[in-house]
Amino acid sequence: MLLNEILRMAFASLGVNKLRSFLTMSGITIGVFSVIGVMTTVSAMRGSIETGLSFLGSNMFQIGKYPTGPTTDGASRRRIESRRNITFAEAQRYQQLMESATDVVCLKVFNRDGPVQATYGNRKTEPGLSFGGTNEHFLAANQYGVELGRNFTAEDVDLGRPIIIIGQDVRKKLFPAETPLGKLIKVGGRAYTIIGVFAEKGTNFGQSQDDILMVPITRFLSDFGAARFSINIATQAPSQERYNETLDKGITAMRIVRGLKSDEDNDFEIYSNDSLIAAFAKVADAVRAGALVISGIALLAASVGIMNIMLVSVTERTKEIGIRKSIGARRISILIQFLIEAIVLSLTGGLVGILFGVLAGNGLAMWMKASIVFPWDWAGIGLLVCTAIGVGAGLYPALKAARLDPIESLRYE
Amino acid sequence: MTAPAAPAAHIHRPTRPPGALVIEIEGVTKLYKMGAEIIHALRGVQLTIRRNEYLAIMGPSGSGKSTLMNMLGCLDTPTDGRYDFNGKNVAHMVDDELAEIRNREIGFVFQTFNLLPRSDALHNVELPLIYAGMSPSARRERALAALSNVGLADRIHHKPNELSGGQRQRVAIARALVNNPSIILADEPTGNLDSKTGEEIMALFEQLYDQGQTIIVVTHEEDIARHARRIVRLRDGLIESDARVH
Repeated sequence: MLLNEILRMAFASLGVNKLRSFLTMSGITIGVFSVIGVMTTVSAMRGSIETGLSFLGSNMFQIGKYPTGPTTDGASRRRIESRRNITFAEAQRYQQLMESATDVVCLKVFNRDGPVQATYGNRKTEPGLSFGGTNEHFLAANQYGVELGRNFTAEDVDLGRPIIIIGQDVRKKLFPAETPLGKLIKVGGRAYTIIGVFAEKGTNFGQSQDDILMVPITRFLSDFGAARFSINIATQAPSQERYNETLDKGITAMRIVRGLKSDEDNDFEIYSNDSLIAAFAKVADAVRAGALVISGIALLAASVGIMNIMLVSVTERTKEIGIRKSIGARRISILIQFLIEAIVLSLTGGLVGILFGVLAGNGLAMWMKASIVFPWDWAGIGLLVCTAIGVGAGLYPALKAARLDPIESLRYE
Repeated sequence: MTAPAAPAAHIHRPTRPPGALVIEIEGVTKLYKMGAEIIHALRGVQLTIRRNEYLAIMGPSGSGKSTLMNMLGCLDTPTDGRYDFNGKNVAHMVDDELAEIRNREIGFVFQTFNLLPRSDALHNVELPLIYAGMSPSARRERALAALSNVGLADRIHHKPNELSGGQRQRVAIARALVNNPSIILADEPTGNLDSKTGEEIMALFEQLYDQGQTIIVVTHEEDIARHARRIVRLRDGLIESDARVH
């Protein structure tokens, strides 16, 4: 018998009990929806995180007091909290030690005193700007450009000049019609002269990267209290080939600076784009595993539902099976008919689940400003699993139908 | 008990010459176990049926009539004895082999019509051809021809519940004919019909017989049996009489 005949029969008999078929399918739909939704969200976010997290320039690693990923247990959190801050003196020492290995060592530190607002005359920005201190290597280390004016110089940093480079958001707000260069703005109660404007960088995870204000790190520390801040140090290897070598030197230099003995662990964190991405991947894997377990349970429950409804269907249609057998249906024809019905139930439920899962996942991803993805791999796996569920749940009822005695089933009313 | 008058049409009806042997049954027995009890439904039946015969099988309930019909229809196999269908021994066939014989060689007509309620007349008639693996265009042509042969060419897209009892039985007869079977096996074909419609169905059987079909009618009604050319009577699992009707 031809497959399209069987498919037609399957759809026709599923159509008879529309509500029942719908309810049975919805179990599969929910199971597939949850896993596809999560996988789509994670894939979409991963795409944008892998580009977004590359905020460090190429061949760079960063040294700081705190790790980037989530700290899992209280013990390691306390250990990290008890670390000494990386002081400006230590950072400078590190810079000296690394002079032979690289030219680009960016020091930076960011405001920790609540929302920052910039004012110019009677114009002011929204609170919540990124405000920090850095040196002349900030542009290279963080992939910023200067559109207007100039970058800091080593001299600016050495002398701690009260000057500032502003982001595009700040410029638009405070200087909609005039040039900002040379103007004096107030930030955190201090006045700074604008020497440059960063080129526009756009958003990352819905967070603007153009609401930024940077002053020379020396100025920042003297204005806001050097002892309260721990310096982050970004180091760029001269080339990809020399990255590992530079990283080793950096770790050694930092251990010297921190005065660590050879048997002591690092009391600082080292991270790179790769390690940031790996940290996210770890979280993503946990989310995926959770989604798989939950949807696995949902699908198991749904397949019990399918088997149940198929058993009911076989009993209800005993007479039909008898008729089919009396006019020459072989066991395999009956078996395939009921098996296909179970598979159609499961696959249709799965397809609807994939559709809604992809829509919901991308909706969530778009809300988080990530790009749209279609998880072909998970959709494919979903369809395979649904087929397997259809076969698994439908096989026993279908075998039962195929083995019915034609005389008995013809007599069934 | 008053014997009803035979319909006028039967007075000068011709008996066609029987053809080749179709069914040959010898010493067939059938035992059923009902709990601890063993029931001898058939106790050694001997029967031969030739092509283009019109045969009625009669008997009171419990006579083994239904068991014999199931056996003739290859829905069941004998406990012991020989059953050859068109020269093929079917007594020891397994389910799927029997299904193939039923599909190609036997056309069933049931008391309760046994049509698929959600399929239209055309699809019901096509069904045996679908199981025979015939192509869609060929089987549609065959099904349409069978339906017009029973006078239902204008009802092909009606579902069973949109048809009268007589029309339903005609659809069932068209389904029985469509595979060009060796025998038509009808089980109380008029049992669910009023007497006028019943006569129409019997007239249709007469017409099919004239066209060369081999017809076996299982019934307990003398009126119906009288349409046949030969009546086999069963009692207690044995053939009591086997006589030509004139």
